[in-house]
Amino acid sequence: MESLLEQYASVVGNEVIDHLKQLANPLKGMKILHINSTKEGGGVAEILNRLIPLKRELGIDAEWEIITGEKDFYQCTKKMHNSLQGDRDDISPSLLSVYESTNLQNFERLKKKLEEADIVFIHDPQPAALLHFCKKRKGKWLWRCHIDVSHPYRPVWKYLRQYIKDYDASIWSLSAFVQPLSHPQYLIPPSIDPLSEKNIELSKKEISDFLDSWGIRRNTPVVTQVSRFDRFKDPIGVVQSYRLIKNYVPVQLVLAGGSASDDPEGQEVLEEVKAYAGDDPDIHILELPPDAHRAINALQRGSDIIIQKSLKEGFGLTVTEGLWKGKPVIGGDTGGIKLQVIDHYCGFRVSTPEGAAMRVRYLLKHPGTMKRMGKNARQFVLDNYLITRQLREYLTLIVGLLYGSKEKIELKLPPSLTTGK
Amino acid sequence: MINEGFKILDCALIAIATGEKAQNLREFRDRLRNVHPGCLYYHFWGGLLHPHFDDPEFQNDFAVWASRYLHDPKISEQLAIIDPNVFEDIEDLRNEIIEIVEERLFESEHVPWVKTGQEFHFIRSQIVIFDTGKNYANPLELKDVIPKMSLGSIFFHFIDSRRRTPGNRNDFSVWLTGFSDKYEELIEALDNIDPSFTTLNELRQEINNAFTNYFKKVSDGKST
Repeated sequence: MESLLEQYASVVGNEVIDHLKQLANPLKGMKILHINSTKEGGGVAEILNRLIPLKRELGIDAEWEIITGEKDFYQCTKKMHNSLQGDRDDISPSLLSVYESTNLQNFERLKKKLEEADIVFIHDPQPAALLHFCKKRKGKWLWRCHIDVSHPYRPVWKYLRQYIKDYDASIWSLSAFVQPLSHPQYLIPPSIDPLSEKNIELSKKEISDFLDSWGIRRNTPVVTQVSRFDRFKDPIGVVQSYRLIKNYVPVQLVLAGGSASDDPEGQEVLEEVKAYAGDDPDIHILELPPDAHRAINALQRGSDIIIQKSLKEGFGLTVTEGLWKGKPVIGGDTGGIKLQVIDHYCGFRVSTPEGAAMRVRYLLKHPGTMKRMGKNARQFVLDNYLITRQLREYLTLIVGLLYGSKEKIELKLPPSLTTGK
Repeated sequence: MINEGFKILDCALIAIATGEKAQNLREFRDRLRNVHPGCLYYHFWGGLLHPHFDDPEFQNDFAVWASRYLHDPKISEQLAIIDPNVFEDIEDLRNEIIEIVEERLFESEHVPWVKTGQEFHFIRSQIVIFDTGKNYANPLELKDVIPKMSLGSIFFHFIDSRRRTPGNRNDFSVWLTGFSDKYEELIEALDNIDPSFTTLNELRQEINNAFTNYFKKVSDGKST
């Protein structure tokens, strides 16, 4: 049976995999622990699902644990998430107290692993306070921020900063998100996994079967937004765009949303969207379970245009997924989407529902442009946004952390590995 | 003269935010005076090893920003044409950019500025260099390896080398000169490759072409 690394080599080339092996050499046997708050749903969980086995195959002792909490904890962290993205929403002292006690409980449960790990990656605000309780840590701790924190609500950021400032380093998706902190702040955009159920090639029949099962017609263009039902993803704005398109050309809109177990607001937003969409038969609102990866894959492949009209976005993995499937993407001109969608090259960036409608109409009128953009899109992801690139940067960062802050670090090869050829 | 083998090294680069940013050309000049020298390395050379969109029009991030966001074609063109490899020292490169910006500020009636969200963010890099364990004594053997070299190796031996070698050259040429004048023609072909306006993939292909063409000529008896 092919190893995972061999499978990736078939997509990205052998030299990329050899490069990863070389880089991982000095890290062999090292204990690396990732902590986040959900195993399913959301981009962080999706990437960790594959990053961990890949690291293990490279000889690194990588593990992934999640923290758990009650309803109030998730309510608090959702508020944190929204506030970091700019919502001016104060969090009550009682909720903050739940945040702290939940982190303490999780620390007690994970204490041994946290203390013994050589490197600990803490993802997003939910587990950020774990470090505060870990007085006997052995390794280096990194806080990985997946959110657009370019203009956070200051009181909430100040609260979190008291925990984050003690980390050895932090990782951000974009330089515009970086907040002043005295430790090194690395820049690593997220990535997608080309071999996951969500991104592997599918047969035409499978794609058609999925579309049929949802009542999506294949003779009318399909514009799709895949994302959690979250106000920052602007699903209402997408429906507004659709109405502006529909006046001129036949089109179907698909709004497909999974739900993440750490997002208590999803149901509320979904109801709002359903009410706003009314009973238009060309608007398909699909509620998909968090593990409906193959269905989402089929939906993206069966669509003509992918839309991600976010108002705030750390890094929209669904944008990269759409590009990888050779689709032009119309994305909100915000956050990580600025890096992902190169305007006029692999899609368009827009600021309003009107802008999105205009670009969809333009593309539907120019199928040649759609095709060219789709081709550019796939190559752009192959070159820049696959998981192997992210893994390479994580490995480089760890080496960097272990060997100091020098601009150039020269690793010596163990004599046993010098082959001559 | 006995030449040592060609040791293939590889490298990987990681970007580090400095927190320094500029919203107008004057701020850009002021930040430029003090930013970490690694920022110049990153914004001139690092783009080749970091996620980016290959825009063949521009050679460095400063020129891209000046064009796309400042909408100042004059300074954008002047920044784009800078060849960082001709400067002996990174501080000389810094001074050159500052002079160009100052000149533009002097002749402008207004200081060009960008909207919030379009600021220039200064980023520096950390580069990890590692030995692949592969060492080749014979240039003919090296020819077969080049197509399989990682882009990191191409970057290290063809781009980064210009900061390390006398005459700002590539490592292949420097190594080949150790064989006296035996590979003069190959050295010339390698030295003639312009590392500008290209991607690492294309560069690997060009280096490969230089080696392949040379050894084909040798086997055809057209070269020594």
